[in-house]
Amino acid sequence: MSEIDLALTVNGVAVRARIPARMHLVDFLRERLDLTGSHLGCEHGVCGACTIRVDGLAVRGCLMLAAQAHGAVVETIEGLTQSGAIADLQAAFVARNALQCGFCTAGMLVTASELLARGGIPDRAEIRAEIAGNYCRCTGYHAIVDAIESVARDRAGASA
Amino acid sequence: MKAPEFDYHRAESVAGALTALRAAGPDGRLLAGGQSLLASLNFRLSAPSLLIDIGRLDELRGMTETADGGLRIAALTTHAQIGRSAVVARLAPMLAEGAPLIAHPAIRNRGTIGGSLALADPASEWPACALALQAEIEIAGLDGSRRVPAADFFHGMYATACGAEELVAAMHVPPMAPGTRQSCCELARRHGDYALAGLAITLAVEGGRLRDVRAVFFGVGPTPMLAQHAGAAAEGLPPAQAAQAAAEALTADLDPQSDPVTDGATRMQLARVLLRRTITRLGAAA
Repeated sequence: MSEIDLALTVNGVAVRARIPARMHLVDFLRERLDLTGSHLGCEHGVCGACTIRVDGLAVRGCLMLAAQAHGAVVETIEGLTQSGAIADLQAAFVARNALQCGFCTAGMLVTASELLARGGIPDRAEIRAEIAGNYCRCTGYHAIVDAIESVARDRAGASA
Repeated sequence: MKAPEFDYHRAESVAGALTALRAAGPDGRLLAGGQSLLASLNFRLSAPSLLIDIGRLDELRGMTETADGGLRIAALTTHAQIGRSAVVARLAPMLAEGAPLIAHPAIRNRGTIGGSLALADPASEWPACALALQAEIEIAGLDGSRRVPAADFFHGMYATACGAEELVAAMHVPPMAPGTRQSCCELARRHGDYALAGLAITLAVEGGRLRDVRAVFFGVGPTPMLAQHAGAAAEGLPPAQAAQAAAEALTADLDPQSDPVTDGATRMQLARVLLRRTITRLGAAA
């Protein structure tokens, strides 16, 4: 089996590992680092459950090899939770019942946090377009859109 | 599923990547953003013996305005970068309009224009835009670079003029002629899905009449499809009549095939609707 050496930063911690070349980044996070908050659904980039942050950008953990993350800064839902960076968004998801089984939630939060980071108050159509690549089979999306919209309003109000 | 086994080589330069590609032979594949290749590996639709990762090559990055007012977009520029670029919005607005149509935000953050052109998926946006804009594709090989007009680049479904030991280095968009209007738009069931029918179009408006309507469709044929009959039918007409005439003539340009999900006649109708709406909209724009 072809293996490669990997060095990267995950949730602020420097990590070194020797991994199979074919290992996906999300499998590396889940299986080698026990960061199981990132979920694995479709494994071809459609469902969004594995969405994580690499070098500050939301990416699909199943469409990126761990090898491609050499030297990168990776943030998972565990790191984003610990840092408190999206605590308001997480609280809004709870308050609005924007999750039921929770399988999509980590990816949904990463996607939504990128939209919110651009600032302003996106309208509901923009929010829906942004999360169109994150499947939720429980909520029907309304509550998720509500939660994201409420955080955008709160953040805009707080900075005004 | 998981990807099959392969060897992995992280290229440090374009020359190094090309050397590795030549050494690997036909089983070597270049890996850029990986947003199509990784999905295809996960499905076990392809099984290269070696992936050559060009994703870190700074020499393949950047968007620059050329001396003549054209635009060079290097291969590793992501869809998201194109969508956010003020230079692109000014010099090739159809690309700025088309970027958000591609897949989803997380995929636009990694997927590259060079990868999209090299893959030549008939349903993708950039090949059609390249043909509509009469762009040239810069191809790098160990013996130097060459530029191929988009009209000669797309040979068929997933087939291009880029050789087995070459890579797509950049897209060159010529300067936009004064008075030109352009758009990239599509009809899809949901935002981010593959287009049922997509359109990249440029046209000029002179004295209330349309000139040089260059409509290229995607998702309705094996390659980006230049609608020559539709363009000719619209020539010299006011926007409303041009839209109608072009839509009627379009049957001579396209013959979308049926697939298990969508009937060919449906795609044809959607292509017509898209063309009529877009010509009307561009013709009316101030």
